Amino acid sequence: MTDDSHGLRGAGPTQRSVEIGVTVAMAVFSLIVVAGSLKAGIGWGAEGPQAGFVPFYVGLMILGSSIINFGALVVERPDAQLFAEWGQLGKVMSVLVPTSIYVALVPWIGIYVASALLIAVFMRWLGRYGWGLVAAISIGVPLVTFVVFEKWFLVPLPKGPIEAYLGF
Amino acid sequence: MEEIVNLFHGFAVVVQPFNLMVMVVGIMLGVIIGVLPGLGGANGVAILLPLTFSMSPTSAIIMLSCIYWGALFGGAITSVLFNIPGEPWSVATTFDGHPMAQQGRAGEALTAAFTSSFVGALFAVIMITLVAPLVAKFALQFGPAEKFGVYFLAFCSFIGMSKEPPFKTVASMMIGFALAAVGLDSITGQLRLTFGYTELLTGFDFLIAVIGLFGIGEILLSIEEGLTFKGGSAGINPKVVFQTWAELPRYWMTSLRSCVIGCWMGISPAGATPASFMSYGIAKRVSKHGDRFGRGEVEGVVAPETAAHAAGTAALLPMLSLGVPGSPTAAVLLGGLLIWGLQPGPLLFVEQKEFVWGLIASMYLGNVVGLLVVLTCVPLFAAILRIPFSIIAPIILVFCAIGAYTVHNSTFDVVMMLVFGVVGYILKKCNYPLAPMVLAIVLGDKAEEAFRQSLLASQGGLGIFFSNGLVSSIMALGLIALFWPLISNALTRLKPRTAL
Repeated sequence: MTDDSHGLRGAGPTQRSVEIGVTVAMAVFSLIVVAGSLKAGIGWGAEGPQAGFVPFYVGLMILGSSIINFGALVVERPDAQLFAEWGQLGKVMSVLVPTSIYVALVPWIGIYVASALLIAVFMRWLGRYGWGLVAAISIGVPLVTFVVFEKWFLVPLPKGPIEAYLGF
Repeated sequence: MEEIVNLFHGFAVVVQPFNLMVMVVGIMLGVIIGVLPGLGGANGVAILLPLTFSMSPTSAIIMLSCIYWGALFGGAITSVLFNIPGEPWSVATTFDGHPMAQQGRAGEALTAAFTSSFVGALFAVIMITLVAPLVAKFALQFGPAEKFGVYFLAFCSFIGMSKEPPFKTVASMMIGFALAAVGLDSITGQLRLTFGYTELLTGFDFLIAVIGLFGIGEILLSIEEGLTFKGGSAGINPKVVFQTWAELPRYWMTSLRSCVIGCWMGISPAGATPASFMSYGIAKRVSKHGDRFGRGEVEGVVAPETAAHAAGTAALLPMLSLGVPGSPTAAVLLGGLLIWGLQPGPLLFVEQKEFVWGLIASMYLGNVVGLLVVLTCVPLFAAILRIPFSIIAPIILVFCAIGAYTVHNSTFDVVMMLVFGVVGYILKKCNYPLAPMVLAIVLGDKAEEAFRQSLLASQGGLGIFFSNGLVSSIMALGLIALFWPLISNALTRLKPRTAL
């Protein structure tokens, strides 16, 4: 009755397994914090408590609360509530992957060209718009951004070879 | 008396043409941010922060605070017309606002929502005008121990008032503190938790965290839910507005109650979202028409909107007078202060009179302007929401990236923004509250400094936090706030016994 994770709603990772993963990740993070604090010194120095004093206890509190959260999850009866269906996660990835590529491209080709590409990919691939509209918006938005930031508010943004070629 | 003179000076600053223009632009941008999914008060203000770098601090804070008012107003538009809360604090507005729109009473619902927002904000601004200078004067006597006490109280209230499991709040908050600690230690000048990475020398900037956690995370959530907008028409005309205004005074008691709830929840950092729910819940219980709530009752729009706007505005009181922001958006404004070279805290009222009173005066005027803008431009803003997600989402992503880059002119920050985005998406889905994490990143260094200075003064004894009446009572309040769920539980269990 409760085991309908393969039923009508589609499959996917359960809420419980993801939450357990989160508590484990937090525990690992807390150990890194504790290790870093020990390296900085957690005792009493010339200026009072040393640099690692507060982060050390902060790390212990993260560890403690993630153990408690973990315990609460283990004790609770497993149910079939999903974190998200695979199809939904696929949609999330369809945003996340182009955005990751975008972020990786910014230092190399500048934010304007990368932004134009990102908007074009989204509109063409996810929205299936005609090339005319895609070109208008994907070139128009970075152009307006350029005028507002570089000319109007005098805030320089990362630029790449194309802007250099155009003399900016 | 002195405050009134200062306030008039503030008005003189605000009515300068440039500041008025900045105000209108801020409100318009704010409403757009409030309407768009994925952009909210906190990350919207964070993204637009670089636009203010070349302005004077006073114009800058007017613009940013007006963006905030605009976002508060804007959240209501989508709730009523599309049943999609643009902001978490307008979720409760959908309960009665959207049914009203479905019955063809969208104009009435919107007018009621905007007017209540205005009333709530006005109440909170008057409260700030009267109370903030006193609090600041009082806080000038604070030593490190008292300062730490205030931070302690703020963070304990978060744990005690949170709807999420307390240990999730603690975990989220402590991760914020750990991230705040990364980089240069301000007291010893020593590096810590950098593990040899030069990118981590300056630590994690909370603006990056805000843009990532709230901006990118929110987009990922929206795309997963597969947003489609099906909205009612946004007809609003003067006749409807005046009819609704004639009707609203009937709900003065609900309004007043919601104002008080909102102010209280805004000052204690519970924030606008719980304030709106609490106000709605109480109004439903107390109202004569409580059974009709949820089917399109005006009172059900008045209560949450008044409280949300009062809370959103009141959140600026501790930010201005103590340097402790009451909400993530107030935290971003506080970050702006630091960037413009101002030191937040009680001294602001002494050293930066023009700035503080200009801001307070702009709150009065900004809300009037905001009310007029939203009442006249609703169809325009509703049209923005009809732009398909596959066009608006990449544009929002681009603006998030620009906002993250401009904080320190660093592309590493853009990468961090994306990481925070994924973390925000997962944590939000696992019911970890994000606001405490952001506030801990903002206040972590200051809280730690106050803590360590106190310990230095006492040679390591924790007794210093209970060494005098003032600090003891602040700490005691903090402990009460921390254990409030247990205390209120015990109290309700005691009640039936005393009745016997």
